[in-house]
Amino acid sequence: MSDLNPATPVDGTNATPPVFTDAARKPVVVVDDIRVTYRVFASGKKVTPGNSRVKHKGRLREVEALKGVSLVAYEGDSIGVIGTNGSGKSTLMKAISGLLPIDTGSVFASSRPSFLGVGAAMIKELSGEKNVILGGLALGMTKTEIKEKFDHIVDFAGIRDFIDLPMQTYSSGMVERLKFSIAAAREHDILIIDEALAVGDQDFRRRSEARMRELASGAGSVFLVSHSMKSILDTCNRAIWLDKGIVKMDGTAQEVCRAYAAAQGAPLDD
Amino acid sequence: MSLSSATGAGGFDPLALASAAKLTKVGTRPKLWHYLKDFAQRRAFAFTLARYNLEASTAKSSLGAAWHVVVPALQIGVYGAIFGLLLASARPANFVPYLITGIVLFQFISGCFTDGAKSITGNASLVRSLDFPRILLPVSAVVSNILRVVPLIALMLIGIVLFGQYPSLNWLLFIPDFVLIILFSTGASLISARMTVHMEDFNQLLPFITRVLFYSSGIFWNIDKMVHIGWLKEVLHYNPIHLYLVIARASLVSGYTAEPMDWIAGAAWAFGICLFGIVWFWRAEEKYGRNV
Repeated sequence: MSDLNPATPVDGTNATPPVFTDAARKPVVVVDDIRVTYRVFASGKKVTPGNSRVKHKGRLREVEALKGVSLVAYEGDSIGVIGTNGSGKSTLMKAISGLLPIDTGSVFASSRPSFLGVGAAMIKELSGEKNVILGGLALGMTKTEIKEKFDHIVDFAGIRDFIDLPMQTYSSGMVERLKFSIAAAREHDILIIDEALAVGDQDFRRRSEARMRELASGAGSVFLVSHSMKSILDTCNRAIWLDKGIVKMDGTAQEVCRAYAAAQGAPLDD
Repeated sequence: MSLSSATGAGGFDPLALASAAKLTKVGTRPKLWHYLKDFAQRRAFAFTLARYNLEASTAKSSLGAAWHVVVPALQIGVYGAIFGLLLASARPANFVPYLITGIVLFQFISGCFTDGAKSITGNASLVRSLDFPRILLPVSAVVSNILRVVPLIALMLIGIVLFGQYPSLNWLLFIPDFVLIILFSTGASLISARMTVHMEDFNQLLPFITRVLFYSSGIFWNIDKMVHIGWLKEVLHYNPIHLYLVIARASLVSGYTAEPMDWIAGAAWAFGICLFGIVWFWRAEEKYGRNV
């Protein structure tokens, strides 16, 4: 494809649009042509023929989750990441945060990007209060810091009445709210959020989106993976569309969401 | 802000961009010194995780934390009855105190080893979603074993007294011995943690390994008295677990002594395994996210 305008989705399996750069702003994350291939032992027999991302080597199957992704995130950017299931969104986010070793290519960042994944540290048999402490420590906060922010976290999540109950008694929305509140209590330079804002009621969603904009408005940058075009349009200035492990489109949130929604057969109504 | 100032693919020079903005590479292994400093700063996470895990593991049972003491007490009763009868006249002197020290300390060492093996693979989601020195997880496994063994050691001392041993200044020698045991067990926990990441099958071998160690470390029989093949006796004697039991009994149970060589060899094992464990575990730091 000869058109260099980044705001057009590209076609073909291996074509990617040129990397969006902006000389006027300071980059905080530079992703340079990263590839991630998962090697898995196949236990079943059938694999869809013609799926270009699955290669057979005996029982060992190789799944190319990312096939050369490059991008630059700038100060103050809040980037929505969209794409169908299995397009490589989560893999890209884990690779950027350094949690998943990449095969080739590299990621450079002004500070280590943090994943909003505090939920993994929680123990459901224990009270919300203890989980706030444990989650905070897992994120690298000190005990004094957690103590200072404790009331704020609990009120932001809106679970003050239940904070001394075991977390397994919470509704799933309450758990998600608590997770977000703990993770968002810390200042992050570069924050990665994978499908977090889809939860919670209207009021919580509004507050968490506001907090996200606040986090992005500093010197940092935020990545938001979501299937909700509304979330992305409300919080992001930019969006990246991933398709089968490559960047299909990189541009303003409006442009990319519109093109993606159209490709999905559900055009956005303005 | 404008998003239209795009340059072509040829205008994208990632390395130049990154170095101009002073960005650093993500996902590289830190230097060992920085790694250990980072670990020390975040040790509260390992301790709190250990404490809360312990609390959660007994939250639902009615006897609660008492189980951590009841199970080993039952074990001592069963092994004491079986081996006491089986060995009959070949029983080591002061059999019950001998057996109690053996079982309690072995329980701790093997606990660190087996819990360490699960510390990375069993916390896969934690490893995949949060950034912290991974060494915190096997260390947390050791901490939770220490928390579990402390009441057990108190009980062990009471048991020893009930079976005719009297506290003396000599008992203080048990403290440095226990420090050596902790160092050794930390190393063992780190080694088994990385081992399981490379080879999930290691988990299947674990019960077998601990069984072999249980029978070969002189928990309920006296290696020095019952083995008559010279080289085999040396090998079994200098097995680190046996050395720590020899020292523990020399300090707590009358009729047993430890040679200076036992102390030296025990310390060498402890520092050697611990150091090797730390370095070997650290060398795979950036890979733990992928293999689990």
